[in-house]
Amino acid sequence: MSDGPQWFDEEAGPVVRPYALIRGRTRSSGDAFDLVATVRTIGGGPGGGPNGGPGGVGPEQQLILRAARDPISVADLAVELDLPVGVVRVLLGDMRDHGLISVTSPSAGGARSNERILKEVINGLRAL
Amino acid sequence: MDSVLSEDPVALKILIAGGFGVGKTTLVGSISEIKPLRTEEVLSDRGIGVDDIDGVEAKTTTTVAMDFGRITIRDGLVVYLFGTPGQERFWFMWDELSHGALGAVVIADTRRLTDCFPSVDYFEQRGTPFVVAVNCFEGAARHTVDDVRIALDLDDDVPVMLCDVRRRNSAKEIMVTLVEHSLRTLTSAN
Repeated sequence: MSDGPQWFDEEAGPVVRPYALIRGRTRSSGDAFDLVATVRTIGGGPGGGPNGGPGGVGPEQQLILRAARDPISVADLAVELDLPVGVVRVLLGDMRDHGLISVTSPSAGGARSNERILKEVINGLRAL
Repeated sequence: MDSVLSEDPVALKILIAGGFGVGKTTLVGSISEIKPLRTEEVLSDRGIGVDDIDGVEAKTTTTVAMDFGRITIRDGLVVYLFGTPGQERFWFMWDELSHGALGAVVIADTRRLTDCFPSVDYFEQRGTPFVVAVNCFEGAARHTVDDVRIALDLDDDVPVMLCDVRRRNSAKEIMVTLVEHSLRTLTSAN
């Protein structure tokens, strides 16, 4: 909530219930997004996107577009937006379908099967 | 915006499991910045109708906060820690969490060792590499690592270690042991 539009008082809690944001859906094309999948804004973000016209993106989508200018994980986005993961996934599914963001899944077992990366992690952990 | 599109960031998942109150949250907090991650999977998984949302204040089980930690190894290489909700009714969440996970830490308390049986079973069945970290609570009767190994009927290659999850160095040692174990599992499989 750093530079986002403050259209409600944080103390009051969200004005719109989380599942109202996504029009009651709990399923979407974003269902399968891994918690550590990487989200990226496509094309410069809010204002610069292709969807700036009427019926454009809402406040939450704006926040996502802004937060994902640099690659960010689905879990980090949920924390940053203070929304349940399920809600974030539905929003992300819509936004991907509209070409606003890209979501890259961590290749299953891919990193797990990469020796070089694991050795780097071991050294990195030791150096903490 | 100074990052030119290089290779995709690598994100690794490590699960922290064990019985209720065994020190999962403490472990995550000892080694990383901890944040509560809100999930409402129970609600969506049971397919409760949208119209039920209005009564949601009374249904405390619909929101699950999961411990979530992040360790940045370097730019573009991040290890994520997820404290799994201990109660059995949240087990369906484990399937998603353990998908593609690098490995798991099962924290054990020797005063109630049975609490970690389900976690051990789960990771054994899924073939997820795991280590058992015996949290040495003050006043807890000390058991040897071998006692714990026998009591849990662990394979010889599963690392078992004594720890104090409040200490950062102890937490580091657990993580290093786990990743080394994952690496061994990987290289022996090839």
